[in-house]
Amino acid sequence: MAETSLVTQPTPETIILRPSRGWSALNLKDLWRYRELIFFLTWRDIKVRYKQTVLGVAWAVIRPVVTMIVYSLIFGQLASLDSEGVPYTIFTYVALLPWQLFSKAISDTGRSMVSNRNMITKIYFPRLVIPISTVLSGLVDFFIAFVILIGMMVYYDIPLTSAIWTFPLFLLLTLVSALGVGLWFSSLNVLYRDVGYMLPFLTETWKYLTPVAYSSQYITGTWKLIYSLNPMAGVVQGFRWALLGIELDPSAPLTMSISVGIALVVLISGLFYFRRMERTFADMV
Amino acid sequence: MSNLAIRVNDLGKQYRIGIAPERYRTLRDSLVNIVTWPIQRIRRGLAPSGEDQLDTIWALRDVTFNVEQGRVLGVIGRNGAGKSTLLKVLSRVTEPTEGEVEIRGRVGSLLEVGTGFHPELTGRENIYLNGAVLGMKRAEIDGKFDEIVDFSGVEKFIDTPVKRYSSGMYLRLAFAVAAHLEPEILVVDEVLAVGDAEFQRKCLGKMSDVAQEGRTVLFVSHDMSAILRLTEEAIVLDKGQLVYRAPTAEAVDYYMMSGFSEAGERHWDADEVPPSSAPFRPIALRVCNAKGDHVDVVRSTEEINLEVEYQLDEPIQGLRVGLYLMSARGEYVLTSFDTDEPDQYDQFGVRPSGHFVSKCTIPPDLLNEGRYTVGMNASSFRVKRYFMDERALTFTVDGMGAPGKQWSETRMGLVRPRLTWRIEMLG
Repeated sequence: MAETSLVTQPTPETIILRPSRGWSALNLKDLWRYRELIFFLTWRDIKVRYKQTVLGVAWAVIRPVVTMIVYSLIFGQLASLDSEGVPYTIFTYVALLPWQLFSKAISDTGRSMVSNRNMITKIYFPRLVIPISTVLSGLVDFFIAFVILIGMMVYYDIPLTSAIWTFPLFLLLTLVSALGVGLWFSSLNVLYRDVGYMLPFLTETWKYLTPVAYSSQYITGTWKLIYSLNPMAGVVQGFRWALLGIELDPSAPLTMSISVGIALVVLISGLFYFRRMERTFADMV
Repeated sequence: MSNLAIRVNDLGKQYRIGIAPERYRTLRDSLVNIVTWPIQRIRRGLAPSGEDQLDTIWALRDVTFNVEQGRVLGVIGRNGAGKSTLLKVLSRVTEPTEGEVEIRGRVGSLLEVGTGFHPELTGRENIYLNGAVLGMKRAEIDGKFDEIVDFSGVEKFIDTPVKRYSSGMYLRLAFAVAAHLEPEILVVDEVLAVGDAEFQRKCLGKMSDVAQEGRTVLFVSHDMSAILRLTEEAIVLDKGQLVYRAPTAEAVDYYMMSGFSEAGERHWDADEVPPSSAPFRPIALRVCNAKGDHVDVVRSTEEINLEVEYQLDEPIQGLRVGLYLMSARGEYVLTSFDTDEPDQYDQFGVRPSGHFVSKCTIPPDLLNEGRYTVGMNASSFRVKRYFMDERALTFTVDGMGAPGKQWSETRMGLVRPRLTWRIEMLG
C-alpha cells in the first residue's frame, strides 16, 4: 500500500502517514466523515456571495434575465431563430439556467483551491470538500432564477408533461458535469495558473457549442454524435424536454447516453486526478 | 505500539528550493519539457535524478522519536530548523517524502488560529464555520457554543461581522474555538505568540488543562518560559535533524547554549544579513568586562559593557540601535536603545552614513548569576525595522562576591542588586 491510508484498527484509530506514489484510492469514507464541512463551506459561500451589494440576491435573477432579453432581441427577433413551437424568451431562458449554473460552477471551482489556499496549507481535511461545496453553492442562484421560470411557464400557459419527473436527473447531470470539469481545472490551476486565464475564454466558447441560444435541431446527421460529446448539450435538450415538453429527437437515447457517459468519465477521471494531485496541493499552492 | 500516541520513524520531507521563480509552472514550460525531456535524459546519462537533488532541500531528515500517550512534548529550534514542517506532516497538511508516521487517535492541529474565518460573517457564524474546519461536529459546537463565547469575551459583538472586530477580539474568538477542540492529540504552533498578556495567560492555562486531561500535546514555541511551563520533555531540532531530546529544562539549556556563542563576540557575515536590512549593516556584537576584553563570563559585581558595531551605507532618519537582554528561560530582562536619552535622540535625528559603534554599560550589582542572551534590534520607530536578531549572543554572569554569596543557594529573580538593609531593634 503505497499511499496515505486510513488503517482503522480497534479503538483508538491509528493513522499511518507515508509517502504516496502513483494513483490513490478515492477515500470516500473520509469525505463522508467531513460531510458537515461540505455543508458549512457551501453555506459560507452562499452567505458571503451577495454581502455588500446593493441589489443582493436580485443578482441571481438579473444575470439570466438580462441575457435572455439580449438573446431574444438578437437571436429571436433579428435572426429569427426557430424555437420549436414555444416563445423564444422561455426557450432560451430554460437553457440559460443550467448553463449559468454550469459555467459559474466550473469557473469558481477552477479557482477554489487557490482561493482557499489559507485553509489548505494549515489544516487537514479531504480536499475534495472544497470543489464539491463550491459546485453546490451555485444551486441557490439556480433555484432563485428558477422561480422566474415558473412564472414564465404560467404566463405563457405551458402545459406540464409527464417528462417533468426527469428534471431532477438532468439537474444532477449538470452538477456531475460541472464537478467533473471543475475538478480537473481546480487541480490543474494549482500547478498552472494559466487555467485562470483560460477559463473565461473557455466557458465563452463552450456556450456556443451548447444549444443555449439556438435549437439543437440545427445539428443534423453524424454531427449529432460529435455534438453530444458535450454533456451540456444533453442537459439543455433534457431541460427543454422535461420543463417545456419539447419533443426529443429520435436519436435522443443514443446522444443522451453519450452525454451521460462522457459526464461520468470526466467526473471519475477528475476525482482520481484530483486525488493524485491532492498530496502536493499544500506545497504547491 | 502499546501506549504510544505518535511514532515517527526516519521521517524526511524534501522541498524544492528556488521555488520562487519556478513556483508557477506554466503550460508552455511543461510542453517544452515534454519535448526536451528525452534529450536531457540522455545527456544526463545513467545518473538518475542526480541533478534534481541540487535544487531541493531537506526540511526534515532522519527524524525518529516516539511520544507516549498523555505526554506533553515541546519542540524547539531556530527558524528554519524544521519545526513547522514537522507539525505540518503530523497534522496531515503535507505528506512526508520518506519515512513513516504512526498516529493513534484524532489529531487536532492549531498551526494558526482563525483558519477559515471569513471577515464578512458574524462571530457566531464564524464559530460554526471554524469549528467545522477544525473537524468538530455540529452537535459538538452547539454544545460548547456558550463556553466558547464566554472564553473569548466578545459576547457583545457575537452578531457583528468579524471584519469590524479589533485584531485582539478576532484573535480571542479564534483561539476560543480552537481551545475547545477535543482531539486525543493536539499539535500547536506558536499561536500564543500573539495577543495581550492577560489573554496569553488564559491560553496557557487552557493549554495546561488540556495536558492534565491526559491528552497528548506537541507544542512548538520560541517562548522558552511557555515551553518550560507546559512541557515535561522537549526535542531540539537543528537543520531538519533531531539533535537532542531531554527533560525540558535540560533541552532548553542545550538550545540556549548551542551554536551561537563565540566567546563574547558575535560577527555577522555578509550572507547572514538579509538584503532588507540595507542600508544598515551589522558587523559585530560584543560583551566586554570592565577591562574592555570581550569575554564569555562576566562578574556580577563589575560593570558589563555591551557594544554593537555596524556600518550605515546611507544616512538613516530616526535610527535607534538597541539591545534586548533575556534570561536562559527566555524571559526579558530589559530592552534599551542608544537614543533613549532625549539629548542623544535630538543629536542623532539623522544618523549619517559611516562606521559606528554604539556602547552601553550595565552597572555592577544588577544581574543575578546565570546565563543570559543578548538580542539586537536596529529600527526607525514605526517606519522600518532594519535588522533584528533576538538571539545574537549568550554570556554567563558569575556571582562571585555578589550579595548573599555566603549562602550557597540559588537566588530567585533576574536581578541581584545590592540593597541597603537596616536592622533596627525595637525592644
